[in-house]
Amino acid sequence: MIKKMMVTFKLNGKSTDVVVEPRELLIHTLREKCLHTGPHIGCDSSHCGACTVDVDGMSVKSCTMLTVQADGSELLTIEGFAQGGELHALQEGFMQEHGLQCGFCTPGMITRAYRLLKENPDPTEAEIRYWMAGNLCRCTGYQNIVKAVQYAARKLRGEPVQTSYPLMETTTH
Amino acid sequence: MIPRPFEYHAPTTVPAAIALLDQYGDEAKLLAGGHSMLPMMKLRFAEPAHLIDLRKIAALKGIREVGNEIRIGAMTTENELIWSPLLQQKCPLLVEGAGLISDPQVRYMGTLGGDISHADPANDHPALMIALGASFVLTSAAGERVVSADGYFLGLYYTLLEAGEIMTEIRIPIPAAGSGSCYAKLKRKTGDYATAAAAVLLRMQGGVVAEVAITLTNLGETALKANDAENYLRGKPLDDATIREAARLAMAICEPAADLRGDIEYKTAMAGEMTQRALRTALSRCSA
Repeated sequence: MIKKMMVTFKLNGKSTDVVVEPRELLIHTLREKCLHTGPHIGCDSSHCGACTVDVDGMSVKSCTMLTVQADGSELLTIEGFAQGGELHALQEGFMQEHGLQCGFCTPGMITRAYRLLKENPDPTEAEIRYWMAGNLCRCTGYQNIVKAVQYAARKLRGEPVQTSYPLMETTTH
Repeated sequence: MIPRPFEYHAPTTVPAAIALLDQYGDEAKLLAGGHSMLPMMKLRFAEPAHLIDLRKIAALKGIREVGNEIRIGAMTTENELIWSPLLQQKCPLLVEGAGLISDPQVRYMGTLGGDISHADPANDHPALMIALGASFVLTSAAGERVVSADGYFLGLYYTLLEAGEIMTEIRIPIPAAGSGSCYAKLKRKTGDYATAAAAVLLRMQGGVVAEVAITLTNLGETALKANDAENYLRGKPLDDATIREAARLAMAICEPAADLRGDIEYKTAMAGEMTQRALRTALSRCSA
């Protein structure tokens, strides 16, 4: 019988302890033990990016990382983005630019885009496409996802933002 | 998909990792970035009883210049290769190659040493390492030995690495000033392995080829070195006719496996095409 292990990490700023078998994958711990169901299981084979979370400043596919490897790490999932009832610029961008349809890929997209914009606050469209290429979307064809990332990049740089769809309300709740 | 149960070890020094390898022998597997190992374990193609994670060993990280060599810790990630100013300046072939591996998330975790040691014929670093004339430091309880990348890959997932050994460092001679290089990789989609890829490192002198290395990815059981094509090109101008003949000689050594990426004839033809593209681009990047 393999012994379970105690793993401690910070999840969206909150100290978290879990007890897991070494073979447990991070995505399962997040969804089943921490009840953070934003990171999704899409392909379960490291292709689609729906399970993307931020681990110590890296975008990581949590279906291909063991929970025991996250011991001592700082984790950020989609649940950590909105603060005090205010959507994060990326969430607002995805809403305003219609960057999602079914929404299944969106948590991974936003989490990946967050790290991309940390590393490159003013990316070109080609750079966004290259650095977002580990996330697949079956609905939107990516054009509006690119626009959503550009919207968030402008907002995070403190520049004025305007939606490409002016009929929609621009205020947030 | 969940792997079979195993015991997890996260040593923080190379000697501790080697001691674990020696203790558990065939029952143990090393974990580097994990993007080959964990999928294999999830599919139960690999069922190690002991997993030795190398990520916490700080001594296996880093990129530095020592004399006329670049030395890279085996656990340095693809992303760290891509963003290294030293490599961008002195070894752009490795930066270009790393940037074509899989996708951004995988490159945060995937490591140079892991890609080399796994020795999947579809992995990109073996061909890049042979083209660059790299050597590998293999460390065991008996000490270190340094082996050349050319000759290191013996077959499918099969290398000179012996039981009890860990690849700890990769040493790359800094390419001569004025050299041009290119990694031309055809893949069906982001994240896929190469249908065919060619690495070229080239130095021209007086309008003719002074030095050239041509290597191929995923066109045989190991990365291939196109020796006949290299020998043919030395001392010749690099024009359309010599580039076509070099590509023909490179295609002649290809023995790809037919799969969903294409049949043998298509992959061999693409090997020729990638060789031509890599030679032309490398030439355009030569400055001497």
